[in-house]
Amino acid sequence: MSEEPSRPVNVGLFVTCLVDLTRPSVGFASVKLLEEAGCKVTVPKTQTCCGQPAYNSGDNRSTRAIAEKVIEAFEGFDYVVAPSGSCAGMIKHHYTLLFEDDPAMTARARALAGKTFELVSFLVDVLKFDGIHAAYDGIATYHDSCSSLREMRIKEQPRGLLKQVRGLRLKEGQESETCCGFGGLFCVKYPDISGRMVDTKVDDILSTGADTLLAGDLGCLMNIAGRLRRRGSNVRVRHIAEILAGMTTAPPLGVPGGAPGEETRDKGAAGEEA
Amino acid sequence: MESTTETFEENARSALGDAKLRDALSRLADGFPAKRRQAVERLPEFEALRDQARDIKHHVLNNLDFYLESFEERVTETGGTVHWCGTAAEARTTVLRICKQVNAKTVTKSKSMIGEEIAINEHLETHGIEPIETDLGEYIIQLRQEPPSHIIAPAIHLSQEQIADTFREKHTDLLPDRPLDEARTILEEAREKLRRKFISADVGLTGANMLIAETGSIVLVTNEGNADLTYSIPRVHIVIASIEKIVPTLEDATTILRVLARSATGQDISVYTTFCTGPKRAQDLDGPEEFHVVLLDNGRTKLLGSEFHDMLRCIRCGACLNHCPVYQAIGGHAYGWVYSGPMGAVLIPGLIGLEQAGHLPNASTLCGKCEDVCPVRIPLPSMLRSWRKRQFEQRLTSAVTRKGLGLWAFFARRPWLYRLAAGLSVAALAALGRKRGGFRRLPLAGGWTKLRDFPAPEGGTFVSLWHRQSREKTS
Repeated sequence: MSEEPSRPVNVGLFVTCLVDLTRPSVGFASVKLLEEAGCKVTVPKTQTCCGQPAYNSGDNRSTRAIAEKVIEAFEGFDYVVAPSGSCAGMIKHHYTLLFEDDPAMTARARALAGKTFELVSFLVDVLKFDGIHAAYDGIATYHDSCSSLREMRIKEQPRGLLKQVRGLRLKEGQESETCCGFGGLFCVKYPDISGRMVDTKVDDILSTGADTLLAGDLGCLMNIAGRLRRRGSNVRVRHIAEILAGMTTAPPLGVPGGAPGEETRDKGAAGEEA
Repeated sequence: MESTTETFEENARSALGDAKLRDALSRLADGFPAKRRQAVERLPEFEALRDQARDIKHHVLNNLDFYLESFEERVTETGGTVHWCGTAAEARTTVLRICKQVNAKTVTKSKSMIGEEIAINEHLETHGIEPIETDLGEYIIQLRQEPPSHIIAPAIHLSQEQIADTFREKHTDLLPDRPLDEARTILEEAREKLRRKFISADVGLTGANMLIAETGSIVLVTNEGNADLTYSIPRVHIVIASIEKIVPTLEDATTILRVLARSATGQDISVYTTFCTGPKRAQDLDGPEEFHVVLLDNGRTKLLGSEFHDMLRCIRCGACLNHCPVYQAIGGHAYGWVYSGPMGAVLIPGLIGLEQAGHLPNASTLCGKCEDVCPVRIPLPSMLRSWRKRQFEQRLTSAVTRKGLGLWAFFARRPWLYRLAAGLSVAALAALGRKRGGFRRLPLAGGWTKLRDFPAPEGGTFVSLWHRQSREKTS
């Protein structure tokens, strides 16, 4: 950070339901990065999901109920950070629209929105962090998730940090800004359309010659990894936090391997992937 | 036009299986967006112009009655007539009545989405009047008896080869083995056919890109000049336009023109831009003797003041279609009615009803590219969400989705239960998936696993693992 704070920045980690349930490694990597950047990280036990599945299905009542829980759990922190542009975007841009008839809740939602950030942009824009000490042997291409790019205006921040990773080469895809076809429930409601979209995305990734795909949103990554695997590709798929934290002992998404469990956190620091 | 939006899923599936369509759509995706980007880069004030264009349309919508009435006054002053039509049926009847009054046999027509909306061609044909589309794309699809698949490029779904085949099949008076393998020869053949029709037509029917309240003018934007031949040669010019096409002044119209072509095709300005004001005056050398403007509402005033109010800012440039990954995958016909892409997915439910068009607002990832390129900054994704909200409130959302969401929300609101259930299911999935790293098939997840594997969870939830670690550290 540019200035030494009088006390460590208190960050509540909103880990997101997808990371929580399918890829804890990303959560541990996020904590490591935040701690290295001088934050005190807390993981509220009562967190579940940001409510997007309900919100994007038009069920605002359920969304409100979930949003209230999130607000309650996180409003006490200096900042709320999520390793996802999509979930951070939900809290930052949409919670405030849910309580039109309730000024008190609107005010609380606004206050929370003001201190909620996506992980990478929080490190770069808020903490001015540039102390990445990771190494990665590979050629990576970066997929801009729609929410990160268009809702949170995150474009250069991840690329800037990736440049600090020793051994990593970044190759841009022509279509890095095009949607991968995930879209939450969209991909199961309209699997054929979603399938064509993710195929276009996979073609673009393969055309870069990269051996690794990175992004800041696990939904996109699961979708793209799933299609890459189905097409028999060996491109390794990881969340950007894993690379930046140098925690690549867990196998890439969709690749067989042992359980990472509790060892992940300490083992990962060495960084380089076999 | 009859709607097939109810069968959207089938429409989309058959579109995805059409190899020729896939080629055509990839040409579109490679063409228009890059051209728009270059046009925008050439004009540093483009973003400011978008703000101005948005503000003009915003102001108009808040004062629509005032500007429409002053438009009518100016049209009347210049010797024209305005016909107010609430519904598509009224507009059809009005156009037919004017055609019959002058005993019209043929009507030349330049591209008009309102023409599609009110299905004017079918109506004229039923009553013994021949409508002739004069925009090349529209002419082609008229020969093929297909609806347009794009609001500015109606035949974008076709290859040059398919067009040549259509010409051979329909232009039976020409030599069957004539060469038609170049775009130019196709164009020349269409021009030759149309030239005679232009000259003999009794009525010229055009749309309008804008209506100008200050002068009573209508603005026509084309790249082929066909609108000019359509309105200026026949004795009668009928304009069909929807009410939101109005702008206050000539100055405002030029602001909109500066963003329109750049957003649409990436041109700085279209090849032809024509301002028509009233019928031929005494000193004019040419022009129509009668000038009629058919003003159509057709459900638009119902959108005023609703959460879809801003949709009426749309200037029909097609940028949202060109940039939409869903449109690029399935093309325009799959949407099943006149409009398509993001603007269609918002507008169609408003015009033909949410019951019929329920798929359209859902068939989007809400990726936001449309809003990013919209010249009048319509918040299309949030409007798609608003339709979904209405669907949910009116219980139009499918029972499976409602039940699934209900169950999920039940757990999401109860963290302790959620953690228990999540921990168990994740552990099971992780154990089952460890060997392969993912699943080719999963019960209840057929939508996901149809075309992609489901990456296996690592095992354990982060929150539980984290808290277990913290406990171990402190103990």
